[in-house]
Amino acid sequence: MEVDLAIGWMRATADAVAASSEELTRLDAAIGDGDHGVNLTRGFAAVAAALDAGSFAGVGEVFVTAGSTLISKVGGASGPLYGSALRSLGKALPPGAPVTASDLAAGLHAGLEAVRKLGGAEPGDKTIVDAWKPAADAFEAAVAAGAGLPEAAGEAARAAREGARATTDLRARKGRASYLGERSAGHQDPGATSTALLFRALSEQAGNSG
Amino acid sequence: MKKFINDPADVVAEALAGLAAAHPELRVDAAGQYVARADAPRAGKVALVSGGGSGHEPLHGGFVGPGMLDAACPGEIFTSPVPDQILAASKAVDGGAGVVHVVKNYTGDVMNFQLAAEMAADEGVTVETVLVDDDVAVENSTWTAGRRGTGATLLVEKIAGARAEEGGKLAEVAAIGRQVNESSASFAYALTAGTTPSAGRPGFDLPEDEIEVGVGIHGEPGRRREKLRPAKQLVESALDAILDAKPRGRGDRVIVLVNGLGGTPLIELYLVYGELAKILAAKNLTIERRLIGNYVTSLDMAGLSITVTRVDDEMLRLWDAPVVTPGLRWGA
Repeated sequence: MEVDLAIGWMRATADAVAASSEELTRLDAAIGDGDHGVNLTRGFAAVAAALDAGSFAGVGEVFVTAGSTLISKVGGASGPLYGSALRSLGKALPPGAPVTASDLAAGLHAGLEAVRKLGGAEPGDKTIVDAWKPAADAFEAAVAAGAGLPEAAGEAARAAREGARATTDLRARKGRASYLGERSAGHQDPGATSTALLFRALSEQAGNSG
Repeated sequence: MKKFINDPADVVAEALAGLAAAHPELRVDAAGQYVARADAPRAGKVALVSGGGSGHEPLHGGFVGPGMLDAACPGEIFTSPVPDQILAASKAVDGGAGVVHVVKNYTGDVMNFQLAAEMAADEGVTVETVLVDDDVAVENSTWTAGRRGTGATLLVEKIAGARAEEGGKLAEVAAIGRQVNESSASFAYALTAGTTPSAGRPGFDLPEDEIEVGVGIHGEPGRRREKLRPAKQLVESALDAILDAKPRGRGDRVIVLVNGLGGTPLIELYLVYGELAKILAAKNLTIERRLIGNYVTSLDMAGLSITVTRVDDEMLRLWDAPVVTPGLRWGA
């Protein structure tokens, strides 16, 4: 992955989140407070602006800047969670550019660990983790099997989408949706859904850049 | 959506500008996005900083002033503030004696205040955190994010604020704040959902004859829906939940808060207080003080919360101490 692809991924995520803002808000209104789409759109727009304003010698710096921006701009739970995930991803990468697909696989797991540490969520708690973990696992498995970045990103996007869909039947155990108890079941988790958008954006950008 | 606003994106900033215009005794830092006492920092005084999503007014900005908070950090509507804001406010009001963060137990608030406390420590500001989790509608278990912080936040900020104002040390101010939280339990009902300016429609729809039971203060649905019942029965059920979670013995003394969630007229809050006073009297509990009004709100939600806090002489003395804020003012 080159610096341009890293920046393109973040920009594509900003576009995807903005385009799906109403859907994310609708999902959040069902089991949370109905602002996930608005907050993430605001946050990733700030990320795109920060990346436009900066110059980056390394791929890791792109993600550290994106993560720090989310932490500083979003608030709520999604700001610290996505912000810490991207910062940890960036810090786990070797300095400079490009980074390999297996570097990225390790980075995605570092991002996952940051989310789990900060939020205390385990798989099955109906959170971001339920999309991020299958995506990171699928990416790593594809790379181990010899796949390149585009193919591994495609596998990750598919796994994230399926993971997000599977949150529908779960009962939330973390975050605001947990206050609903059994009533949280039957609704897809907005955080897992936005994570699926993030990985879809990676797949599209990696595919586009060959 | 019908609201007295200009652009939904500007509501928080424009409301802060209005607060600044109305209260010259407060300093509203538009860049840092916090509200502080104009006379802060006060050398040697422990500073109290709180914050949370906007939409709960007068909490928290309306509770800044002598005898209560030194600073408040309002986030976007129903969204916790960011660490930069909390750090800026903490540094601005730290008088060298340390800062107490009063944090309502919501995932986002806890994370952002935790990040801010770590950053403050790096810059030499000592922070103690008091977590408020009084809402007994939520089970305190591994199945949830834990009980929410609601009405008791006002009592924590008032009583700990008074302790800081009279010269209490950092550990003492934090300790009395935690004692207030542990002595408090709350329960809430909603008749309608509030409407956030950005969403433009109510957070949930309720049939004419149904209510949400066990709601929080962010428009999230409650634990369950029930048919509307007479106020007397609703108050009984709420007190059962409160007294089950934090049992009170005969002769215990309490402060009671009957709090409107933004869209409930005072006439209903007083009716509810009347029912509540009868029930507590029958249980031989003594209501030493009471507060009735809209203090910890959820935009225009029609609903109310009941908070019962067991108190001793020291907590009562601190409750009665002077307070001069836009939202709470007595004794001065």
